[in-house]
Amino acid sequence: MTRVGVVVFPGSNCEYDALSAIESVGAQAEFVWHSATELQGFDAVILPGGFAHGDYLRPGALARFSPVMNAVSAFARDGGPVLGICNGFQVLTEAGLLPGALQKNRGLTFLCQPSLLQVASTKSVLTRHATVGQELSIPINHFSGSYTCDDETFRSLVDNDQVVVRYVENPNGSRDNIAGVSNVTGNVVGLMPHPERSMSTLLGSADGRVLFEGFVSGQLVKD
Amino acid sequence: MTFFVVVEVSLRPGISDPEGATIERALPALGFQGISHLQTGKVFRFNVSASSEDEAIATATSIADRLLSNPVIEQSTVRVEMTA
Repeated sequence: MTRVGVVVFPGSNCEYDALSAIESVGAQAEFVWHSATELQGFDAVILPGGFAHGDYLRPGALARFSPVMNAVSAFARDGGPVLGICNGFQVLTEAGLLPGALQKNRGLTFLCQPSLLQVASTKSVLTRHATVGQELSIPINHFSGSYTCDDETFRSLVDNDQVVVRYVENPNGSRDNIAGVSNVTGNVVGLMPHPERSMSTLLGSADGRVLFEGFVSGQLVKD
Repeated sequence: MTFFVVVEVSLRPGISDPEGATIERALPALGFQGISHLQTGKVFRFNVSASSEDEAIATATSIADRLLSNPVIEQSTVRVEMTA
């Protein structure tokens, strides 16, 4: 069974949702405290939402120096699937594992609302079970979610098929409606919306399931 | 020697600054006219123990680049304000 490590920083607050989402698609999930120095035995890693280290300085700026991030970098370098959700996405950009940065929302308001996304690429570990153009209803919940990058980075994102999901209607001023991106190889993905909150029609949407089913479907670690 | 260092972090040119724009738009309501290009930023002050001013600036610049600013969207300036 696929084993997923859910990294918990001081100030994370979506780790239980992530754990439950992983379990609901038939995989096993375990918390990993941010002081851990290795990720042995895990097939995939999630950096959940929240306010790691209080978001002091900038979201993700201090979390990037948590000991576990060296292990996350090594895991990503070896091709392991890594998913950063919301604050986890901010941590991955600060750590240099994903290009660009997340700025304050254009309207300077904290946004907590449903959002409609469109899958832009199925190259990534998160969208490999989805189809390009597929629309997904997945909520956002952030203050600093405006995706920003320079022109050169933007061109390489488009050329290398690294834009994973876009907003149908731009809520926060993100460049080119970008809601999530991947690294060049597609094994590291970050997105501002919260797919772990869209796992059941009873709670408004089950559109996150196709993403998590894809995320846990990769090759297992060879022990 | 101890050097009292000031690091200023601001957004790079071309990066949108909605806070700065909002503050600027509020100024006419207070009767201030002719204010433009208002930018927000952050200031960090700290003491650096070093044997020379150059060394203190080099240390502070490294801190500014690696932690205090995100070079993707921000730039920083470093200056020594006082030597004790």
